[in-house]
Amino acid sequence: MASLKDLKTRISSVQSTRRITSAMKMVAAAKLKRAQEAAEAARPFAERMERMLGSLAAGVTGDGAPKLLAGTGDDQTHLLVVVTSDRGLCGGFNGSITRAVKRRIEALTSQGKTVKVIAIGRKGVAVMRREYRDKLVASYEELMKPAPAFEQADEVVAKIVSMFEAGEFDVCTLYYNKFISALTQEVTPLQLIPFSNVGSDDKGDEGEVSESGAAYEFEPNEEEILEALLPKNLSVQVFRSMLESFASEQGARMTAMDNATRNAGDMINSLSITYNRARQAQITKELIEIISGAEAL
Amino acid sequence: MADKVAFELVSPEKLLFSGEVDMVVLPASEGDMGVMPGHAPVIATIRPGTICIFNGNSVEKRLFVAGGFVEVTEERCTVLADTATPVEDIDLGAAQTLVKDLGEDVSHAKTEEEKAKAEANLVVAQAKLQAVETPAYR
Repeated sequence: MASLKDLKTRISSVQSTRRITSAMKMVAAAKLKRAQEAAEAARPFAERMERMLGSLAAGVTGDGAPKLLAGTGDDQTHLLVVVTSDRGLCGGFNGSITRAVKRRIEALTSQGKTVKVIAIGRKGVAVMRREYRDKLVASYEELMKPAPAFEQADEVVAKIVSMFEAGEFDVCTLYYNKFISALTQEVTPLQLIPFSNVGSDDKGDEGEVSESGAAYEFEPNEEEILEALLPKNLSVQVFRSMLESFASEQGARMTAMDNATRNAGDMINSLSITYNRARQAQITKELIEIISGAEAL
Repeated sequence: MADKVAFELVSPEKLLFSGEVDMVVLPASEGDMGVMPGHAPVIATIRPGTICIFNGNSVEKRLFVAGGFVEVTEERCTVLADTATPVEDIDLGAAQTLVKDLGEDVSHAKTEEEKAKAEANLVVAQAKLQAVETPAYR
């Protein structure tokens, strides 16, 4: 059995662990609140972007449609963009997303497709570099520090678009943790290229119709606007997923740290019981020694 | 017909302005555009410049945008801006230095790509400086 001193050190070390995890939990909770607000603040832009793109996309059909909207018509080469966190200690957050991506990569390669990967976040970069070194085409670390910003999303999108224009891939899918609540996140694939919302906004060939029934005028012209709007839309989507992922990360960390704090508490309890018993046993033993010593006299 | 335009200015980070106004003047890519109630539906791109919001006969608020898109219908006007800052928040000194620095970047650029990028940034910075120094519709 461990000596009293050992038990005491053990207890105090678990106690300081608990202090750290509970501090981390509180930090994560504060960050979560901010991250959630940021995700909500970004929503109006994405919604209006969608509305505008919807009224534009409905008008452009057939061969005239830009490739970003319609795709290359092929699906031989897939590009997967994986959004993970930069820091660990957040439960299964990074594990679940890299697992999902791995499954997808295996499935695609077994179908004979070519896969390329862009990883965002240090944790994801590490895993992808280890397992799919030949497939990793770009990686971004510390991108979301201290919080995701639109310029950073733009940077990633610039890379994606330039690769697409060079014909390096046909389909682009983004994998990120969607924020559902502080307790739950869901790994969500989001198809970026070709633009997947087209079907739902197809209102026919009559041209675009606003709520008041009038057709839009375009300045300078429809194609040019669409050309500028599509990459912008990609940035918005990536930015949004980064925000969601960031909020999810804080939520996951909060939950993980909450569990760790509770476990540390349980451990301290059981250790102190053991410690008290051992102490009592020792006192009894010493008393017996004294008494029997006295009796012998 | 409503006698006000529901104007909204959103940047990716947040909703910057939302409210009923008499008129908005936008720096569209092919010339400034004044939007009043009952305007024909338009979708246009925006160049770097100042958005002036009119209430009554005077400018209520000026906002600098670095570019973006605008969607106008008869009742509302929505601007999707890349970045937007209220003009009163722009630091004149910082804007001046930025223009100077970027001017140097343009002349020092080694590749065509770098040069194009620096020039694009310079245009934005110059528009920003202009927004502070010589505001329109005073």
